[in-house]
Amino acid sequence: MIESVVVTPGWYMTLAAVLFLIGSGGLLLRNNALVMFMSVELMLNAVNLTFVAAARAHGDIGGQMAVLFVLVVAAAEVAVGLAIIVSIFRTRRTASVDELSELSG
Amino acid sequence: MVELVIFVLMGAVTLAGAIGVVRARNPVYGAMGLMATLFALAVFYVVHLAHFVAVVQVIVYAGAVITLFLFVIMFVGVDRAEDLKEKLAVQRPVALIVLVGVVVLAGVLVVTGRFDWVISSGEPPVVRGTIEEIGENLISIGSPSDRQASRWLLPFEATSLLLIVAAVGAIALAFYRPRRKDEPPAGPDTGPGS
Repeated sequence: MIESVVVTPGWYMTLAAVLFLIGSGGLLLRNNALVMFMSVELMLNAVNLTFVAAARAHGDIGGQMAVLFVLVVAAAEVAVGLAIIVSIFRTRRTASVDELSELSG
Repeated sequence: MVELVIFVLMGAVTLAGAIGVVRARNPVYGAMGLMATLFALAVFYVVHLAHFVAVVQVIVYAGAVITLFLFVIMFVGVDRAEDLKEKLAVQRPVALIVLVGVVVLAGVLVVTGRFDWVISSGEPPVVRGTIEEIGENLISIGSPSDRQASRWLLPFEATSLLLIVAAVGAIALAFYRPRRKDEPPAGPDTGPGS
């Protein structure tokens, strides 16, 4: 019976959706900038999984190309974002986003 | 059968790592959970015959990005582990409403069949994400009439600009020092090695 179970692209899409949901939950519920950043990485990776699964389902390599570009953008984002976190930490001695409220009116 | 076993095992690792990122009090454990998730996703990429993407995932994400995260965690320090309690009163309820809304929206899309996963037109061609295939798609010029061949060339060149801007921006942020009040206004800011 278990031999007849086929893993369809829908399974991967569902897994990616759950992963995206966990990531967005972490982004919304945590207040440490580093943890929020890692949650964003989770969301990006969930989208990457849908891209790769769709590339196989449609027989189109464009999905894998898109993943490579997402990887490049994510790497650039990590470099700049972590530099911002470090620079904020040097001036404010905190990584909690709740304490950064100068811009709120 | 094999794919089912891989899906169940690696799916469990993926979700456990992701929950670890969100739940861990110590950001180092969160980074470890993120690394587990990234490795499990690399296994999924191999299952999908995206070998090059899987390798890049391990090298760039599990290698470079996690290392960068750990360096910053080391710099920022983990001894003052932040509380999981929330200071903004409305943040938690609003976040839960948003998350439940996303779940409901996805469920509606699936149930109503607006989001079609099933490929109707028979078995799709097998794509193998080998280096040759990826490279051909990235930088092959092709004949001028063949618009498919150079589809990804412009985005590829644009990423080089993006990476340079990101590197310069990160360096500029790293060398930026806020001037203290007791410090005399110094001359032109000199970088390292001067």
